[in-house]
Amino acid sequence: MLNFFYNSNIFIWIEKLLSFINSIFFALLLVGLSFALIFSPPDYLQGDSVRIMYVHVPAAWIGLASFTLIAILSIFNFIFKIKNLKLITKSIAPIGLIFTCIAIVTGSIWGRPTWGTFWAWDARITSMLVLALFYVIFIAVHKLVSEEDNANKISSIVAITGLINIPIIKYSVLWWNTLHQPASIKITGSSTIHSSMLTPLLLMFFVLLMYCALIFLMKYKTEIIRIKKKNLKRL
Amino acid sequence: MLPKKAKKRASLLAVFFLVSIICVFLILNALNKNILYFKTPTDIRVSQDIDFNKKIRVGGMVKKNTLNIKDQEILFIITDLKNEIKVSFKGTIPNLFSEGKGVVAEGKLQDKKFFIADRILAKHDENYMPPELQNIMKDNAK
Repeated sequence: MLNFFYNSNIFIWIEKLLSFINSIFFALLLVGLSFALIFSPPDYLQGDSVRIMYVHVPAAWIGLASFTLIAILSIFNFIFKIKNLKLITKSIAPIGLIFTCIAIVTGSIWGRPTWGTFWAWDARITSMLVLALFYVIFIAVHKLVSEEDNANKISSIVAITGLINIPIIKYSVLWWNTLHQPASIKITGSSTIHSSMLTPLLLMFFVLLMYCALIFLMKYKTEIIRIKKKNLKRL
Repeated sequence: MLPKKAKKRASLLAVFFLVSIICVFLILNALNKNILYFKTPTDIRVSQDIDFNKKIRVGGMVKKNTLNIKDQEILFIITDLKNEIKVSFKGTIPNLFSEGKGVVAEGKLQDKKFFIADRILAKHDENYMPPELQNIMKDNAK
């Protein structure tokens, strides 16, 4: 059982997974993009600018989900001091930061023609910016604090503190008056987005998740190589 | 079950997390009015201390059949279905601005019923659908 966690075994698994995802990723991306950009209908009100949503919404979901994951893993990391978790959270963070930034940028590109402004200091947008800052702090701690144990502790606490921001982002559109519209897709109850738009949206979400997995595995691999260089046999 | 040290760290973390949640809650509670991106006509009506020299935002729906465009000036009424406020605006409007849709106007209050805006933002709602469906729904409504 513990054999699985030996570096070389993890390595083989990562390589297999990487080549598998690599082989299907571009085909999936093409399908997803062609559904999002060509085959899906324009919106009755926004026209073609609705297509930005197919990147914006999955990017925001991934930004939120990866921070939640980092925070939860950080809790276990802080309590049980599992080395592997540190590597995992460290590998997820850049992905989350990139997708949060993509969500913010695509959002403001969409906001210009629809709302009439690039930026508004409303609760949703500001809390999303705070999320991006938490990612930056998390990554900066790992880069700047040279003593590894300290870096691990401080970054865990940063992530756990940032966890409070997640429900604020989610419910900001319900708790306060915001310029940002409330969620169209609800887990309970009916969604207010037509199925001809929902399908490409979920497809794009799946494709971008694949991309996340790809980047994560590559980053995780480098982290393990770094450990190997220190001549540690097991994580 | 847990090692003693891990137990200590867990309780430390729980206390830290609880305290930070309380802090954030108190901060948000204190800032509540400033977090609101816009005020509704009802908010303006009931509030006692309005600074007429300060820029504020008023939001709601553009009341149907009130949009009136005179060469340079755009006049319309913002409503939250309970109270209304008259708005005058000169300038360019975003694509989505139309009657019966959400709007946020930025500018100064002249009095509690009249607002001079220097910027108009359109608020999009959470409904997404293809144009054909919109036509079908219109036909059904007739």
